[in-house]
Order: sequence, then C-alpha cells, then structure tokens
Amino acid sequence: MIESLEKLAHWFVEEPIRIYLLTSIIKSAVVLFVLLTSVAYTVWLERKVVGHMQNRWGPTRVGPFGLLQPAADGLKFLFKEDLTPPHVYKPLFIAAPLIAVIFALTSIAVIPFGNVFTIHGYPIPFQVTDVNTGLLLILGVTSIGVYGVALAGWSSNNKYSLLGGLRASAQMVSYEISLGISLVGVLIMSGSFSLRDIVQAQQGHFWGFIPRWNIFHGQFIGFFCYLMAAYAETNRIPFDLPEAETELVAGYHTEYSAMKFAMFFMAEYANMITVACLATLLFFGGWNGPLFGPRILQAFLPVFWFGAKIFAFLFLYIWVRGTLPRFRYDQLMAFGWKFLLPLSLMNLIATAIAVAW
Amino acid sequence: MSVHLILFLAFGAVCVAGAINLLAQTHPINSALSLIAVMAALAGEYLLLGAEFVAAVQVIVYAGAIMVLFVFVIMLLNAGVEERTQGSRVAVLFGIPGMLLGSILVAWVVLRHSGTEAVAAGALPGDPITVGQLLFHDFLLPFEITSILILIAIMGAVVLASKPPTSPAGVAPREVD
Repeated sequence: MIESLEKLAHWFVEEPIRIYLLTSIIKSAVVLFVLLTSVAYTVWLERKVVGHMQNRWGPTRVGPFGLLQPAADGLKFLFKEDLTPPHVYKPLFIAAPLIAVIFALTSIAVIPFGNVFTIHGYPIPFQVTDVNTGLLLILGVTSIGVYGVALAGWSSNNKYSLLGGLRASAQMVSYEISLGISLVGVLIMSGSFSLRDIVQAQQGHFWGFIPRWNIFHGQFIGFFCYLMAAYAETNRIPFDLPEAETELVAGYHTEYSAMKFAMFFMAEYANMITVACLATLLFFGGWNGPLFGPRILQAFLPVFWFGAKIFAFLFLYIWVRGTLPRFRYDQLMAFGWKFLLPLSLMNLIATAIAVAW
Repeated sequence: MSVHLILFLAFGAVCVAGAINLLAQTHPINSALSLIAVMAALAGEYLLLGAEFVAAVQVIVYAGAIMVLFVFVIMLLNAGVEERTQGSRVAVLFGIPGMLLGSILVAWVVLRHSGTEAVAAGALPGDPITVGQLLFHDFLLPFEITSILILIAIMGAVVLASKPPTSPAGVAPREVD
C-alpha cells in the first residue's frame, strides 16, 4: 500500500507538468473547501450579527453559540424533497442554479491570498493560479453569473420569479458598468491586470506610518463607487430588489427548494466573499500588513491580514443589512445611471490626469 | 499533438456544435444560450492564440453584456416555440454540401492569396499593453470615429424609440401626456 503510494508520488514528481497538476489539484481542493466553509460561516455570522443588532440571540441551539447551525442547515438542504413544479421549463430550471453557483465559485481561482511560499526550493504561491489578466477574468465570470439569476426567473414560469429575474438582470447589467469603471483607476495606478502585481504595487508606507494602500492613494472615490456597485451586483440590501420579499415573494428563487435553493444561497455568499476579496486586493493592500516574529509566523501573517480584511468587509455587508432599508426601483436605476456612473467616470479621468502629470 | 492544439480543437468543436445547435433549436431562448456557448468557446480560442485581453473582452462584452440583453428581450416577449416546416428536400440535399464546399473554397482562397501565415498557438501579441497601443496610438482615428458612429446609433435608437405613435392621415396626433 505504502509502496504503491510512494510510486504514485514518484510518478507525480517526475515531470514539471505533473507537479503542476498535483499542486493545482491540491490547491483547488483546499481553496474550495475553505471557500465553502467560509460561505457556511458567513451565513452563521450574518444570522448572529443581525440577531444581536435586532436585540435577539440568533442561532443558539445547535452546538456552542449555534456554531453547528450551518452543518444542520446543509444536512436539511440535502435531505429535503427536491420539488420541481410541473409548469417550469425543466432544462433551464435545473441549469440556472448550477450556472449561478459554478460561476460564483470560479472567480476564487485567481485571487491571491498571500505571498509566495517556498518549500524545498519549489515556490508555492498562496493562489490557485496567477493569470496576468486576473481582474478581467473575474469581471468576465461575474458577467456570466447574471444568467443564473435571469434564467432562474424565466424558467420558473411564474410572474414573481420573472419579475425578480428581470429586475436582477437589469440591475446587474447597469451596475456592472460602474463597477468596471471604478476599477480602472486602480489599474492605471498599478499598470497591471494581475492581482498579484496590483497588491505588490501597494507595499510600503507614506511618511512611515500610513500604509500605501490605494484607498489612501487617491482612490477613495473609486472605492466608494466600487463598494456601491458591488453591493448592487451581489443583490444585497439595500439593493436586494430582485428578491424583495415584500413585493415578489422571493423573486427569482420562489420556485426553488432543497439543494437548488441552497445553490443560489451559496452563490450569493460566495459572490459576497469575492467582492470582499477584490476590495481588499485593489483598495486595501491585499495581504500587506505588519510582519513580525519567527519565519514560520511571517509566512502565515500575510494570509491572516488578508483574512482579517475580508472579515471586516463581510461584517460591513451584514452591518449594512441590519441598518438600511431597501431602495425603490426607480431610485436604484437613477442612482446607478445618474450618480454612480458619472462619479466613477470623473474618478477615472481625475486619476488618469494625476498619473499623466 | 501538444496540449494547446488539443484544446484548440476541442474549443473549435464546441463552437461548431453550439452554432449548429443554435440553428436546430426551436425555442428562442435555447438558441440564445447556444450563441453564448459559441462566444465563450471563441473566447477560449482567442486565449489559446495568445490574445488574452481580447478573450476577456469577448466574454465580458459579448457573452456577458450583449447576450444578456438578447435573453432579456426574449424573456420579456416570451416568444413561443417556432413552427417547423418540412422544408424543401432540394435545400437539404444540395444546400448543406454546397455550403460546406463554399466555405472550404472561401477559406482556401483567403489562405492562399492573403499572404498571411497561420498563427501558432500563443503567438498573437494580445496583452493589454499591445492592444492599448494599437487602439489609442496606431489606430486612434478609426477608433474614435467608430465610437462616434456607435454614439450616433445609440441616439438614433433613442429617437426612434421615443417617437410618439403616428396617427392615420387627417387625424391630429393625440397629445401624449
């Protein structure tokens, strides 16, 4: 048994392509596991934090502090009856949640979590793959993700679902423009599409103590536009009109139950995490932070800083959810087109002039 | 056969299959989705040729934005299933081989007389810097003129869409309030 495992290990490390394959598979599995776990615990965090904001406890029964609640929910989703209403258009009804969740999970592949780590002279970056157009890939994947929502709404063959799907696709297409333009300022400053390069351009400090992050480097308006557009892209309060429960039952996922519903849920939270990752990488210096202690600690501190910043963004998401009411639909469109788009364009022009100076 | 070539052929096969499926489907939304698959596969081809920026833009603009609007319109109109006729047998017998022959002929003529070599995998200079240099430096004028053309098209669409309904001759157009 051990012999054959050794043989397998030898076979894997014989050629560079196999090493590449092996490390890719391991990294994908680890990152996917971490992502899905954090999706589950973001749901727990949201229920807990919103609960405390509304003066109640949130989940407390399953495990200490309700910490096993995500596991219980997952089991429930798995074992519930998977209902398919008779009036739906079946192929797309099944495909829509798959599209949503697959594209939501894909973009994590190009996100770097930390510095390059060297084992036996073989460099292992904390990243599944370093694409030199990583940011564009994320934007492309996000723009494909719209189909999950739109097709779910249409294939359910139900007016509330259709309205939810239409709202969602109109909203996502509208805010995608502001989202893209708000990122161009950062691109101009760092001169690269690679997320690793963008983070490395933010190393160092101003006057010795203010970190040289893009948000302190003239990109505050860009960050504001990004944050607003990203909240709208992920269909979260105050922009959660596609699933506004007071008017549309549950919007595009009205007809979904069990695991299919869970897929939409996972897609939403995975998108939140992607948005938090991008905000951290582009505006908050990624994994940059104070380094100290022994070498092994120094290797893992960047990952810790990255995680801490993402946690802060997720907390902000939940905080906003606990605070703000929902926009009206015309307000949403007016805000996107008449305020956010001109603002992000102005930010782009100002940044371009400042850099060219 | 290198990995590049295998992937290139695979993406090409997806592309052709999607295009055929686009024609074969009777439901408009299935056709639109096949078109998205074609565009995504094309993006893969661009990526394999080395034009990574063009590939990303292909996905973002065509598959992501334009096709969303297509799907949107289809969803709103809720167009029904297309009616099928048998079609003429002559068209099936001669049309498909004729089309294949014609496209092979065109490809052959173009390859023969254009004087350009086939691009090796990964050889296209397609990084963002090169594309930006081409667009904003070498071909600045055509680029700007195209943008003005698109602007005119947008304005034309707005004007056409906002036109009040014309009335039959002799009747004064009703005020729209």
